Amino acid sequence: MGMTMAQKILAAHAVEGAERAEPGAILRARPDVVLLNDVSGPLAFRQFREMGAQRVADPEAVAIVCDHFAPAPTLAAAQSLGELRRFAREQGIPHFFEVGQGGIEHSLLPERGLVAPGRLVVGGDSHTCTYGAFGAFGTGLGSTDIAATLALGYLWFMVPESSLFLFHGRRRPYVTGKDVVLRVLQEIGVDGATYQSMEFGGDGIEAMNMDERMAICNMAVEAGAKTGMVIPDQVTEEWARSRLPGPYRAVAPDPDARYAATYRFDLEEFGPLVARPHSPGNVAPLEEVAGTRVDQVYIGNCANGTLTDLRQAAAILGGRKVAPGTRAVVVPATQQIYRQALAEGLIDRFVEAGVAVSTPTCGACFGGHMGLLDDGEVAVATTNRNFRGRMGHAGARVYLANAYVAAAAAVAGEIVDPAEVAGPAAVA
Amino acid sequence: MAAIIEGRVHKFGDDVDTDAIMPGRYLAIQEPAELAKHVFEGVDPEFVRRVQPGDILVAGRNFGSGSSREHAPLGLKALGLGCVVAASFARIFYRNAINLGLPIVISPEAAAAARDGDTMRVDTARGTVEVGGRSFACQPFPPFLQELIAAGGLVPWVRSEMEKVK
Repeated sequence: MGMTMAQKILAAHAVEGAERAEPGAILRARPDVVLLNDVSGPLAFRQFREMGAQRVADPEAVAIVCDHFAPAPTLAAAQSLGELRRFAREQGIPHFFEVGQGGIEHSLLPERGLVAPGRLVVGGDSHTCTYGAFGAFGTGLGSTDIAATLALGYLWFMVPESSLFLFHGRRRPYVTGKDVVLRVLQEIGVDGATYQSMEFGGDGIEAMNMDERMAICNMAVEAGAKTGMVIPDQVTEEWARSRLPGPYRAVAPDPDARYAATYRFDLEEFGPLVARPHSPGNVAPLEEVAGTRVDQVYIGNCANGTLTDLRQAAAILGGRKVAPGTRAVVVPATQQIYRQALAEGLIDRFVEAGVAVSTPTCGACFGGHMGLLDDGEVAVATTNRNFRGRMGHAGARVYLANAYVAAAAAVAGEIVDPAEVAGPAAVA
Repeated sequence: MAAIIEGRVHKFGDDVDTDAIMPGRYLAIQEPAELAKHVFEGVDPEFVRRVQPGDILVAGRNFGSGSSREHAPLGLKALGLGCVVAASFARIFYRNAINLGLPIVISPEAAAAARDGDTMRVDTARGTVEVGGRSFACQPFPPFLQELIAAGGLVPWVRSEMEKVK
């Protein structure tokens, strides 16, 4: 019997060395990268000391990113960020990313060559699964698990079962990677893949670029999954060859790999989708919520402040204005993306349209800062969670959508088909 | 982990997420007692006043979904909750709770039968939950996790692993 991507990658990283890794088995594995941020980091450092650890097992494998409460909006946040700086300095962590020099962790690490096909990445952040876009096994953990990995260089893992999600056909206008993952959530629900690896493939996925694949894998955790990975293909190879400094080994599932379930979708069968309040699984076609008045539009997060998202948003907002009574915030995910967006004139188009453009930060996505919502307010966000109260007041209502739909809502002041704002355009 | 946990039930529904348990704006706090003040602040502001040490939180499917923030189980533990009983747990919360020594029990039947205000009795040694005059079985943990739980969480496990390396 063949193995899935998840089985192969875990077996390849097993401390004891393993030819096979069977679902349900518990093994000790050595991640290539351990990620911490200013939310998970300070708690992890406490536990690291509690464990009696003195030195990080492998400083080269650690990445520390200032991104959640960054730049610091409060004194408490300033202290958390200070703890990151201190730990990085004391332990000699080379991959430390300061405010203004990095960006949001999951867009940043691949950009800096830390994530590669076949790698095992653990992060003190649930959206670590985003790295599946690049063929890496990324999985989110709490601070104590991260502290253990810092101390030992390895951690225990249960080998997950896997489910396969195949998308075929050509997508309709204004349909993006975000809609692909919303379609999956609509089908299987918010615990439909609990403890599983979700593996994505098919010609519909192969036609999507890395940014859109990030949007897909980013929300695997919204189905309860341990990780979500796109099966490596030509696009993966091209990205890896042009971006990575060193060697890598792409891992594909065996042809006879065993999946707990296989789902097939036809991309031609759905248009843009929206997750209604208060669950990422509460998915409906855009038409069903059209006309909903919108107070705030938020374009950004760890997988949807990419250059692709910004180009999509600019295609709608360029030459138009944010509607009176509505406000919009755009957050480029990294400094590199910000700079490229400047070079392409995207930032100018946003500012001209009346958008608040933010420095890269997790910001309001998790209700930290830079655009929280008040009681009764309605938002359209390209983020990944619309739980009650996540973006601010528990009385706020958040709709999750792709960047075209979010930008169109900013222009119209209500949820609307982007084609009504910008015409029946092709896909970016 | 105490073998017998008896307490008053606070009943919640399905898909209780960690943003609800601990709102994002408090994630720059690390002190457990401080975190405890904000548990369920947005969605159920009265909860921290209703709950007593030893009480049992009972929920449906997918408890602790969403964010990996360990501040959520830390806050619940610092409130002095005796146990969390749910039909199922989200993966990261499940690991975090075990790592921190917050007792969790999986029992869809007990979670369905329990009502707000009921007295519930959890016997972790026998693997049973009694509520409303009925007894239900808990789902057993895999052997490795039983060892972690018995050891009191991940910190002692890491200490013993570090000893082996020495």
